[in-house]
Order: sequence, then C-alpha cells, then structure tokens
Amino acid sequence: VVKMTSTLKGITLKGSAELVAEFFSFGINSILYQRGIYPPETFGRVTHYDMSLQLTTDPKLKNYLTDVVSQLKEWLFECTVQRLVLVITCLETNDVLERWQFDIECDKSAKESSAPREKSIKTIQDEIRSVIRQITATVTFLPLLETPCAFDLLVYTDKDLVVPEKWEESGPQIITQSEEVRLRSFTTSIHKVNSMVAYKRSDSM
Amino acid sequence: MAQFGFENDIHSILKLDMPITNAPMARWQRKASSSTTAAGNGLSPGKSVNVSLSSSKTPSKTPGKGKKQTPSKMGGDRFIPIRNSKQMDVATFLLTKENEPDNPTTTSAKAMSVTLNGYDLEDAKILHLGGKPLNAPEYQNNLKVLYSQGTTPASTKKTRYISSTPDKILDAPQLRNDFLNLLDWSSRNMLAVALHNSVYLWDATQGDVILLMKLEREEDYICSVSWTKEGSYLAIGTSDCKVQLWDVENQKRLRSMASHTARVASLSWNDYILSGSRSGHVHHHDVRMAQHHIFSLTAHSQEVCGLKWSPDGRYLASGGNDNLVCVWPRVSDGSMGNESQAVRSWSEHQGAVKALAWCPWQPNILASGGGTSDRHIRIWNVNSGSCISSIDSQSQVSSLVFAPNYKELVSAHGYAHNNVVVWKYPSLTKVAELSRVLSVVLSPDNSTMATVAGDETIQIWKSF
Repeated sequence: VVKMTSTLKGITLKGSAELVAEFFSFGINSILYQRGIYPPETFGRVTHYDMSLQLTTDPKLKNYLTDVVSQLKEWLFECTVQRLVLVITCLETNDVLERWQFDIECDKSAKESSAPREKSIKTIQDEIRSVIRQITATVTFLPLLETPCAFDLLVYTDKDLVVPEKWEESGPQIITQSEEVRLRSFTTSIHKVNSMVAYKRSDSM
Repeated sequence: MAQFGFENDIHSILKLDMPITNAPMARWQRKASSSTTAAGNGLSPGKSVNVSLSSSKTPSKTPGKGKKQTPSKMGGDRFIPIRNSKQMDVATFLLTKENEPDNPTTTSAKAMSVTLNGYDLEDAKILHLGGKPLNAPEYQNNLKVLYSQGTTPASTKKTRYISSTPDKILDAPQLRNDFLNLLDWSSRNMLAVALHNSVYLWDATQGDVILLMKLEREEDYICSVSWTKEGSYLAIGTSDCKVQLWDVENQKRLRSMASHTARVASLSWNDYILSGSRSGHVHHHDVRMAQHHIFSLTAHSQEVCGLKWSPDGRYLASGGNDNLVCVWPRVSDGSMGNESQAVRSWSEHQGAVKALAWCPWQPNILASGGGTSDRHIRIWNVNSGSCISSIDSQSQVSSLVFAPNYKELVSAHGYAHNNVVVWKYPSLTKVAELSRVLSVVLSPDNSTMATVAGDETIQIWKSF
C-alpha cells in the first residue's frame, strides 16, 4: 500500500506529457461542443476528472484529434512544444473569430533527471478540472458564433524541430481587434499550461 | 657665440612643452587673479558684507554654501557641462548604434513580429496538420436559441396548458342574466349561487349541492351573495330591499336587515357588511348591532353594481351604473359623522361598472371594467389616483378577478363575445380566452375559477 501511494504521488516526464495531452484532448472537445462548432448530437457523454464531459463521435474529427494529440504528446515528452492554439474561423470569410491559446512551459531539466516530481495526479487533475470548468463557463460571455465555423489547431514548436510528415508551417492567425480573457492555469510541475481565449470584439464584427 | 644664442632662442621657441615666458598672461590666469583681488579687496561691497555677516552671526549655518558657489561663479559666463553625470558613454553608444545600418531593422522587426504574432517567430515554428481547417459540413449551431434571451423566464410560464374546456359544468336554471353578483366562493370551498329566488350551495370538495334558502314570494329574486372571510356566514341581497344574513352550517337565517329603498345588487364584507343598492346608496351594516345601518355613502346617482373591499381593508371600491368608480376610506366603528368623502372618484368609464378587483400582491392597485358601451379594463393606482393602464376588451366586462398563482387578471365578458379572458398582469397581454361567461370567481386555493354564464350553467375551470 505504501508503495502504491508513493507511485501515485510522484509524476514523471512521460506521465506529465500524457496528462497534458489528455487535457488537450478533453479541452478541445469541450470547446468544439460548447461553442457549437460541431452539432451536439455528434458528441457522447463521458465521465472524467470527476465531471461529465462531451467527446466527439464524428469519425473524421476523432481521427484528426487523435493524430494531433498523439503527435503533441511526443513533443510534450521532448519538451519541444511551446504553445497550442485552437483557431475558430468563419467558414465563409475565413475571418478568425476566436482563438484559444494554451501556452506550454516545459521544464527541460526533467529530460535529464528521471526522478519523479512531488505532485499527486489528483492535485493536477483538480487543477485541470477547474480549467475545463472555466472553458464551459466562457460561453456566457463569448459572442455567439452566428455563422458556420471551422477550426484549426496550431502548434508552436522549437525552431530547430524537424517538421513531421503531413505537418506544415502556418501563420499565427491573429485576430484583429480582439478582447482577451485569461483563464486559469495548471501545472504538472514539469509542464505548465496557461490558458487564454481571445475573441473578435463584437463592435468590429 | 652669438650664433649659439640664436640657436638656443630658436630651440626654445620650437620647444612647445616649455612655458612661454614673454607671452601675455593666459585668459584664465587673468580671470583668476582679478577675481581673487576683487574678493580680497572688497571691491564688490554686497558680497563682502554678506560674507562678514555670515561669518560673524551664523557661522555654522551655511558653511558649504560659499565654497560651492565660488567655482561656478568663477567661470560664471560660460556653460561647462559636467560630463560624468551626462553618461557620455551611453550617449555615444546609442548615437553610433543609430548610425549602424543593420541594427534597427532587426530589432524593430522583432518587436513588430512580437506584437503582430503575439510571439517571437525567431524562437518558434508554427505547425499545423496539413489540409484545410476542419468543420462540420452544413452545420450551423443553434446556440442562439440557448443563449440569446428574447423572452423573460417568467413569461415562459404563460405557455402552460390552459384547458379550453371547463373541468365541470353545473346546471344553473333560472339564473338571472343581469348585472348582479350571483356567485361567490367561500374560503371553506363552498360555492354559493343565486338562482332566481333561491340560493344553492355547491360543496366543491364533496360535490354535494344544498338548497340554502328560498324567498317566500315568487316575484322576488336574489340580487347578490357574499361570503364572510371565514366562510361561515353568507349575506344575501334581495330585490325586496333586504340584506339577509345566513348561518350556513345550521342553514338558519340569523337576521334580515332592511334599510335600502331599492334592490341590493352588491355586497362586500369587511368585518361587518356593506351593501349597495339600486338607489345609488352604499350602506354600512354593523351586523353585531341592533341598529345595523350605521353609515351611508352617497356618491352614485344610479345603482351600485360593484362593491369590493381591498384585501387590507383600508379602502372600499364601488362601481355604479352612472359609470363612476369611487374609492372610499374605511369608516371607523365609532364615527357616524358625515366625513366620508370618496378618496378617489374616476369617471373615465363610459359604461356601468360592475367588475372590480383589488390586486392581492400589489396594494392600492384596483382593476375595474366597464359595461357594453365602454368595454375597457382599467388599472388604477389608488395612491396616486392615476390610471396605470387600460385596454379595450371588445366586450362588456362583467367580472374581474386577480389570479395570484401566475400573476394574472381574469375578466369575464358578456355581450359581444361572452367569454373569459386571462390576461398577464401588468402587461395585459392575453394568455388565454375561454368561452361564454357572465361572472367569475376564484376558488380559495386560487387554482380554479367558477363562471356563470347566460346559458344557465356554472362552469368550473382549473386554469391556474
């Protein structure tokens, strides 16, 4: 029992990368559901982080997210990723309407020492839960997306990274005249994720 | 040796590190000597006086001042910058840097990229999985329904189902189709209805019907019925100018009060009873006293069709065939004087006013409805005397009642539509329209209403 709890309390780089990747998977699904990018009937309810979450059942979207998140997990493990951005664009005009930005700070020293850090998974998941709660709560102030929308995921990586197959370089897709709202952050003690959402100011729409 | 002497002279002239002996005094030397002599000789009198004063009287006060001043005063006509404090090195560096062609573009480009991209692109690559951004084909979210509020949550209640057919229909033969008050529902859940010259009680809980009383003479008829607050006594106004008081439990007449000179078309209780008659007089009867007629209110010139005490018992509203709506103050038991003046008297209605209702949740709000020639429902503020709102109901208003469960106002109508309308209060938007009615009363639990119609039926509606 003592051994069990001790392993549960620590976190390694691998575990951290997995936790953060998992957060992105649930977080992106939540945003797509809450913001109505995909129809609500294409989502299924799951329980995770002690809360009810919506996961897509759309096969195309599911594949896409699995591809991105598994690649992201690799980069998180290598500590070469700096930021993940979910961009919501108007399908017609390609205007960027919303930009969910997750800044990732990697503690690269974790690559050298494999000793697990002193932070329990439960504490980390509690922090993650409050971030996802905030994402859910944002729909109350974010402007309504009144046109059909598309989304894209941008990953900011280190400059020297070799671009993998199927991936390509992109522009930052910044919103002109945006309002920004900072959300909570969480840390696994190896990866720290700061969240923020920027949206087009309503008077400029 | 003369040539040597000449040579030496040449040497000394060419040697510049030697002081020039025969040259005129240097400017700074002249200046220094003249200023020292001036100070020493006391050529500037003000200064010397100052010095002497300061030395004799307050020697310790400003010792550094004189010293500090002298050097700057010495070169007083020129500005000699103190280079040390001007950070010449930094300035030079910055100046020279500015001239370098390469630097500005890179730094400003960097700053520009940071502000534009929110990120220094030198440090990162932005990647995305190849292909177009993803979207759900042909899908537009309908969150507008969820997150935009067109209607207030309270008003969604009005979409509750209101049955358009009555819950129950009771036969009411020989019901007089007139501007009378023939229906009342007691707090003990007994519905009293006057049919020609008899009063029937319908026990709404049990469903039993009791004949309470019947007038002796066939040509007489009942004009009004009214329950006391407790529901144990019923007052009955008759066409032979009397007000009868009945103990319902024992089915016994307690007393018969005569004071009017015409039929008693309206009754309203407030501890003791009040009656209004065709003569236009409203009489206060204290049922506890032998001399029951204690007061008269005279403002109406024609029959008093409607009488209602406010729920708090402070005001009495009366409506007459003369199109007047009057509001009276409560008369205290002892006072028999003639101080009773109507607090308000409104003549806006164009027809007889039988329908009167006080708002139970908003004190001082009175609703009144006019007859066939008027058809308006008006809401009054008794405190200010103003008409808050009015609406043309398109039919004669025969009865009004406030339904507190949903904050609605119910109006019963005679000619032309003979219907019951449920209005949202205070907006007076129509909630429901039910059919064929003369008068309406509300059950004690406010959930059901009973209506009497000219087709000789009593209809029970579970509307609230």
